[in-house]
Amino acid sequence: MTQRHLIQRLGFIFLGLVGFLVVAPILFVVGSIIWRGAGALTWRFLIEMPHNGMKSGGILPAIVGTLVLTAGVAIVAIPVGVGAAVYLSEYATDNWFTRAIRLAIVNLSSIPSVVYGLFGLGLFVLFLGFGTSILAGALTLAIMTLPVIISTAEEALRAVPAEFRTVSASLGGTKWQGIRYIVLPQALPGILTGVILGLLRAAGETAPILFTVAAFYLPRLPHSPFDETMALPYHLYVISTQVPGMPEGVQNATALVLLALVLTMNLVASIIRSYFRRRREW
Amino acid sequence: MVKAQVRIQEVTYRYGSRVVLRNVTLDIPANQITVFFGPASSGKTTLLRLINRLNDDISGTSLSGHIYVGDQDIYAPGVDVPSLRRRVGMVFALPLPLPGTIRENVLYGPKLAGIRSRARLEEILYKSLSQAALWDEVKDRLDDRASALSGGQQQRLCIARSLALEPEVLLLDEPTSGLDPISTAKVEQSLLALKEHYTIIIVPHSVQQGARIADYAAFFLMGELVEHGPGVQVFQNARDRRTEDYVTGRFG
Repeated sequence: MTQRHLIQRLGFIFLGLVGFLVVAPILFVVGSIIWRGAGALTWRFLIEMPHNGMKSGGILPAIVGTLVLTAGVAIVAIPVGVGAAVYLSEYATDNWFTRAIRLAIVNLSSIPSVVYGLFGLGLFVLFLGFGTSILAGALTLAIMTLPVIISTAEEALRAVPAEFRTVSASLGGTKWQGIRYIVLPQALPGILTGVILGLLRAAGETAPILFTVAAFYLPRLPHSPFDETMALPYHLYVISTQVPGMPEGVQNATALVLLALVLTMNLVASIIRSYFRRRREW
Repeated sequence: MVKAQVRIQEVTYRYGSRVVLRNVTLDIPANQITVFFGPASSGKTTLLRLINRLNDDISGTSLSGHIYVGDQDIYAPGVDVPSLRRRVGMVFALPLPLPGTIRENVLYGPKLAGIRSRARLEEILYKSLSQAALWDEVKDRLDDRASALSGGQQQRLCIARSLALEPEVLLLDEPTSGLDPISTAKVEQSLLALKEHYTIIIVPHSVQQGARIADYAAFFLMGELVEHGPGVQVFQNARDRRTEDYVTGRFG
C-alpha cells in the first residue's frame, strides 16, 4: 500500500469516528430514557391526572398543556411569520428599514430563551394584564419562534425562480396573484420546514413558560386561554429537581413522552413536506 | 402601409447613465410578423420588453417618449398594467412552463382574468393549443405535468399560454434559441399561421430565421434603430451599409 492510500485510509477512519461521535450521544440519551422510562409508561400514565404530589398517577395535564401551547404558537406565529417573510422576500426593497428588520431577526434568534421569558412576564403577564396564562405563554413562545419561521420561509420564497414571477406577470397576473398561485405553493415545503423547526423548539422550551404560564402542580385540564397549565418541559424540570423522593421511572417516562411527542410532530411534518415536494416540480 | 398596431415614438431608455435605446421611432404593422434584429446589446430585447412594461420593476431606469398599443399610450399615468399584459402577450427565450399540468398552464391567464365558465375555458384550451400547433400532440394528456413535455412542446405550450388571453400583440424573445431545428420549424410554421389573428413582434435567434419569417424588419445597433422596412428589402437590399454588413455576416 502506498503512503497516499494509507493517509486516505486513516482519513476515512477518522471521519467515521467523528460521525460516530455525533450519533453516539443521541443513541445513548434516547436509549437510556427508553431503558429506564419504558417500565413506568402505561396507558394510565398518559391519560390520568397526577396524584400524591405527582409521585403517582399520570401526566395528562402536562401533555394537554404542551399541545395547547404549541397550537397557540402555531396560530400566532405562522401567519405573522409567513406574512413577514412574504413581505421581506417579495415586496420590500433593499433600504435601511428592511436592513434593520433583517438585523433584528438575526439578533432575535440569538437571544437566550430565558430572556424571552422575562420579556413575556413584563409585557404579557404584567403590563397587558393577561396574568400567568396560556395566552401569555403562547405569545411569548410565538415571539421566540418568529425569527426561525421568518428566516427559513424567506429563504424558501427566494429559492423560487424569479422567472415564475415574470411569467405570471406577463400573463396579466398582479404581483399578489403570482405570489398566491405560484410562489407560495412552490415555497410551501421549505416554509413548512421552518414552521416545524420553530414549533418543535417552542414545544420543548422551559424558560419562556416558566414565568408566563407553567403551573407547578395543577391536576386539571385548562378551560380557557387565561388558565395556567402544566406543560411537559417544565413538569420534567419540576419532578427532576424540585420534588424529593420522585421515582426515577416517572421522570424518564415523562422525558420519553416529551421526546415521542416532538418526534411524532417531526415525522408528521416530514410526511406532509414530502407530499408537497412530490407534487412540486419545474 | 397597413394600419399600425404598435407605435413607438421617440423612445429613449436609460439604465443608470447608459443609454440602452436612443430616440427610437417605429410603427409596427398589424397582422404581420415584425422582426427586431441586431447584435448583442443593440436594445432589441429591451424594446420588446418595454411594449408590455416588463421592465417596470427594474430600478434605476428612465423612459422618455411614447409607446402606443392600439390607441392607448401604455406609459400614461393610470394605465392598468395587468390588463395591458393581457392585450400584449410575451414568450420568453427559454420555455418556462409554470408548475402544474398542461391545462393549468394554458388556463392560468384566463382564470386570473376572471373567466369561470367551464365551457368557455375548454374552448380557450382547445383553441390556443390548436393555434400553437400543439393540440394533436397533447390532447390525450392535458392533465399531465407540463414539465414532462419536450423542449419544443414546452415552448409551443408557452405560446399557447399567451394566446389563451387572446392578445392583440404577441411578443417573442428568441423563442427558438433552445430548440432543435425540427421544433424550430414547427414554431415558425405556427407563427406564420398566427399572424392572421395577431400582430407578432419577434427577436429571432439568427439572421436567417429573421429573413425566413419577416414581413417587416427593424435593424438595431447599439441602441439605435438603423433601418426598418419590409423584410425583403431589409434583408436582401438594405439601404444602410451597416445593415448590409450585418445581414451578410461581415460582423455580429
